[in-house]
Amino acid sequence: MSIKLGVPSKGRLMEKTFGWFGDRGVVLGRSGSDREYAGFVKGIGNVELVLLSAGEVPRELAAGRIHLGVTGTDLIREKLGQWNTSVKELAPLGFGHADLVLAVPAAWVDVNTLDDLDAVAAAFRQAHGFRMRIATKYHRLVRDFLRDHGVADYQLVDSQGATEGTVKFETAEAVADITSTGDTLRANHLKLLEDGLVLKSQATLYQSVAAPLGQENRETMRAMRRLLGID
Amino acid sequence: MPERAAIKAEAARLRGLFEAAGAMPVEASILQPAEVLLDLYGEDIRGRAYVTSDVLRGEQMLRPDFTVPVVQMHMAHGAEPARYTYAGEVFRRQEDDPERASEYIQVGYEIFERDAPAASDAEVFALFHQMLAPLGLRAATGDIGILMAAVDGLQTSDRRKAALRRHIWRPRRFRALIDRFSGRATVPESRAALLAADDPMAGLAPVIGLRSKAEIAARIKVLREDAVTPPISANEVALIDAVLGVRETSGYALERLRDIAVDLPAISGAVDRLAGRLEALAARGVDVEALDFEASYGRTQMEYYDGFVFGFYAASRPELPPVASGGRYDALTRQLGQGREIPAVGGVIRPGLVVALGGAS
Repeated sequence: MSIKLGVPSKGRLMEKTFGWFGDRGVVLGRSGSDREYAGFVKGIGNVELVLLSAGEVPRELAAGRIHLGVTGTDLIREKLGQWNTSVKELAPLGFGHADLVLAVPAAWVDVNTLDDLDAVAAAFRQAHGFRMRIATKYHRLVRDFLRDHGVADYQLVDSQGATEGTVKFETAEAVADITSTGDTLRANHLKLLEDGLVLKSQATLYQSVAAPLGQENRETMRAMRRLLGID
Repeated sequence: MPERAAIKAEAARLRGLFEAAGAMPVEASILQPAEVLLDLYGEDIRGRAYVTSDVLRGEQMLRPDFTVPVVQMHMAHGAEPARYTYAGEVFRRQEDDPERASEYIQVGYEIFERDAPAASDAEVFALFHQMLAPLGLRAATGDIGILMAAVDGLQTSDRRKAALRRHIWRPRRFRALIDRFSGRATVPESRAALLAADDPMAGLAPVIGLRSKAEIAARIKVLREDAVTPPISANEVALIDAVLGVRETSGYALERLRDIAVDLPAISGAVDRLAGRLEALAARGVDVEALDFEASYGRTQMEYYDGFVFGFYAASRPELPPVASGGRYDALTRQLGQGREIPAVGGVIRPGLVVALGGAS
């Protein structure tokens, strides 16, 4: 049995993850054709690379099917209940920075804070007969955030993509989405709420609490952590 | 975990006792339309209830409690007054505490009665108190109606009072509103700039979405009115805090609230109702001198209790949820009744916890 390391299977997140490990002497790479999800690990023995979607990494870590995994803080916290009992945060990787934020139409000059959002939600429900819609794919994070801040009279509507467009198309009144620069929000005539930062996320290396480590794997894990500079 | 059969037997026994007290047994579907529950409790209920759906009926929830279906049933074709009892599973999604059950049995007793609220409150509590007596539980009581009356009595605009009433059950937001309305919180820069602008709507970004320009203008008008509304006085804030801070045995609590009512006469009616309830409880043999009362009890529970609230706890097992809980929910019947209403009070016992604590028979 080897240590299984789960890494996002495509795009910049994969390349930057390969880069981060490479800088520390653990060379990761894809083998075979571009379409084949197979990989190799050099610089350390007894480690197997598992390429998978970043969204699946939390589940695989929690189930103990991979020992280590790279994914966003946002996905871990959205997908795992009591996340810190099923995974351990080993190292923030310093890229993949993204903030989960609440945004409303820029034309809402009267709304700048959660306090405003809550008041407007009450008025909206009275005027329109239904609860103000917030489009997001981060249901749990957003709901917990709004509950903790005492915002009422809203509903979350699911949006798995093009979330910033939902207000214009009148399927939502506000959005909660990931942004790194805010450009897409601005281009869609939306603005951030001053206190609407739900979560600051970045790519992070996690260790599974559930994945069993035999004697050999424990040594591999120690060697790995030494190479990566993790105490 | 006790045997399921033992729990079901205990549930049947408890329901039998409620029947003997005059309640009619009723049933409710496990699948409940999600829309009704969402409108009532808001989005938070999604974190607490299991949601499922099909293409014909849309979103459905596994019943998180019996209160809503029982109220609906009563309002559709119930005679008055009425007493109901039920026993069955409820389902609660658990996202934070793996120790909490996601499926358990509740046995309930609900009274729909117009004329003697104090007597009905006392009837429910005394019945629970008596049935649970062998377990030696600690009873907690409160009365949301007193805080509501205190809010209604504030010397401030109706709009501010409505905002505070809306957040009675969200203590943190309630506190933030009090701080803002009393001038203790600093006005955010963006708000100050908005209020100072001659024409805040000048150069407006494209108005997208359903919320119209008129709605934005209307809110700015509201904010301007609010900005010239005098702050809630420090004295009144202190009175609200005094009400929230009442935590004594019932006799002393009543005395304390009467003292506060001298400066905050708006709560007098609610305090009289508390006195009436304590009398009714004493008449039913409850030792009210030893009964705890906490004015802020029940504020963070389900949002529908708006008067008397109570819970029974196992002092030796603080990790357990309340063995029984309940209260008055007049406002809920108003919301579900679409124009009609019927004062109601009731509560539930968890037979699983009763069995776990050694049984109450």
